[in-house]
Amino acid sequence: MKLLGTLALLLTAATAHAADVQPAVVFDMGGKFDKSFNQGVYDGVERFKTETGIAYREFEVTNETQREQALRRMAQRGANPVLGVGFAQAPAMEKVAAEFPDTKFTIIDAVVDLPNVQSVVFKEHEGSFLVGVLAAMASTSGKVGFVGGMDIPLIRRFACGYEQGAKHVNGDAEVIQNMTGTTPAAWNDPGRGSELSIGQFDRGVDVIYAAAGGTGVGVYQAAKDSGKLAIGVDSNQNYIHPGTMLTSMLKRVDVAAYNAFKQAMDDSWQPGVQVLGLAEDGVGWALDEHNESLISADMKSAVEGVAKQIIAGDIAVHDYTSDNNCTY
Amino acid sequence: MNTSTVELPDWLEIVVIPLLNIILALFCAGLIILAIGENPIEAVGIMLKGAFGYDEAVGYTLYYTTNFIFTGLAVAIAFHANLFNIGGEGQAYFAGLGIALVVLTLDQYLPALLLIPLAIAAAALFGSLWAFIPAWLQAYRGSHIVITTIMFNFIAASLMVYLLVNVLIQPGSMSPETREFATTAWLPFMHEFLALFGVTVTRTPLNLSFFLALLCCLITWIYIWKTRWGYALRTAGQSEAAAVYAGIKPKRIIITAMCLSGALAGLVAVNELMGVHHRLLLNFTAGYGFTGIAVSLMGRNHPVGIILASLLFGILYQGGAELAFELPKITREMVVAIQGLIILFSGALALMLRPWVVRVYLLMRPSAINAAAS
Repeated sequence: MKLLGTLALLLTAATAHAADVQPAVVFDMGGKFDKSFNQGVYDGVERFKTETGIAYREFEVTNETQREQALRRMAQRGANPVLGVGFAQAPAMEKVAAEFPDTKFTIIDAVVDLPNVQSVVFKEHEGSFLVGVLAAMASTSGKVGFVGGMDIPLIRRFACGYEQGAKHVNGDAEVIQNMTGTTPAAWNDPGRGSELSIGQFDRGVDVIYAAAGGTGVGVYQAAKDSGKLAIGVDSNQNYIHPGTMLTSMLKRVDVAAYNAFKQAMDDSWQPGVQVLGLAEDGVGWALDEHNESLISADMKSAVEGVAKQIIAGDIAVHDYTSDNNCTY
Repeated sequence: MNTSTVELPDWLEIVVIPLLNIILALFCAGLIILAIGENPIEAVGIMLKGAFGYDEAVGYTLYYTTNFIFTGLAVAIAFHANLFNIGGEGQAYFAGLGIALVVLTLDQYLPALLLIPLAIAAAALFGSLWAFIPAWLQAYRGSHIVITTIMFNFIAASLMVYLLVNVLIQPGSMSPETREFATTAWLPFMHEFLALFGVTVTRTPLNLSFFLALLCCLITWIYIWKTRWGYALRTAGQSEAAAVYAGIKPKRIIITAMCLSGALAGLVAVNELMGVHHRLLLNFTAGYGFTGIAVSLMGRNHPVGIILASLLFGILYQGGAELAFELPKITREMVVAIQGLIILFSGALALMLRPWVVRVYLLMRPSAINAAAS
């Protein structure tokens, strides 16, 4: 089995030449302009296009059956590599990648165990731990909040890391959590995001971390209107409301997307699971001109120290999805 | 002159007018495509090739067609009883629960030959159950069926989200879905079925529920036009007073018509869950219930018309996806706009061109004027 895998690997490496790279991306239902996850991928592949001048094929799925259809059509057209966006594409990619063993597939946010698939997942709990540290240090009330999007294990992983970070700084810190909903609509409900935030502010919270896609916009607005602080997610969202955006937890899907294309072009693309955490710069926190006045020298040195400890393994951040539990 | 009373020959009514509507719609769509700087002729070519050009395309087109036949028939049968069932979406969704409950409980014990008919029956039963409540409210409490069926779509959606997120979700899964059904509950795919006869076609989602859809067309036709129950249904639909005079009970007709309608809509779940996804998942109905209204309107509530209209919508869905695939400037939103135009012209404006067609017809056949006058 292992031999077969190696053989397939060698074959794929041999058939790929830098010149004939024909990248393709299949965006998920959110669409490439969802201001969040899919758009991060879009930014990454656009950067690849401007830097290399190589155009890519793209498709945005509109229903469940189209995922498999789109991936297969890309592969049939000779697209290589094919990038799938989001955990929902994992079952479809599993089928299609098996049918096209000579095509390179990359999936973001899910693991597909095949010799021609590169799976990129992120340690969101590590990045969330860092912003949890910042939240607890910025908070004067000792109460920090979390607003999640759709209630899925992935988002609970964000919440759990954040809670650990806050308690790491202040053992008495209270973390109040709300999820926006249980359907994909929860990713794009700014009104409810703002409602939940105001509810949390009323209970004494003064910093809220939103991991909720488009819903976060409502959270940031509510923080600005109430003069409290908010933390962005996925991309650097500090610019949205300078002065009340404490920081953003960065999840570099753009880098993952860019790398998938670039590595295929440079012949350095490798199948297997890539787990991008703090050490790999896959997650992190954002400091720029929009929030530098909010981050004191103490906070900066504290969070940098914690980051070093996590990378060194001195602090182990518990991953919610490892046991569907947030006990650490 | 009142053109609406002139009787046109069937070939004008069934072939020419719908064709003119589609041409007009394609012309308007062409203007939009031109406005964004693509070639409309090329776009139509891609769409047709994407829907028929190779066997995989045909498979996808017919897979979408299957769903539209079920929902189109569902709307039509209610329409003949003068009821407007907008709840096909919710009925299909709820039918999915019926399939899931039967299959998840029994798929370890029963062979396919027992399990598949049982699950199909469960789909029909749950679909009609979801239609029964609005029907009962309409018949015995006077709540308008349009309002209640719309509201039942939302109730079905919320209920399914609750059940999938909290009860039926496969433990450890990221997305709200049940576990995969055992293979005994899978309807054979068309490519597997044809392989039995030595015919090799590409793998597509098309499965044997396509034949079920055609069978439903035949049964619906026989029921509506060849049985006394169908006669009673049409009578009650055309004139309630006449129906009562003839000894037909309109309340009972409302219930039967809606239950049959819900059962047909529920069969969408057979195609989607037992044929394609092999698990219960969120939003598998994807708007097919609503499109069924347009299909039924366009098909003049007749099974043959519904098959043709379903095929057209199958082409639009599959060809439209190919269009978004091939021409980067045409986004998925643009495809929806083109589909919308065709629905607008063929469904909502179906009778717009008729007066002109009548005038032209009368010019060619002056003898028909006398017939119209008398």
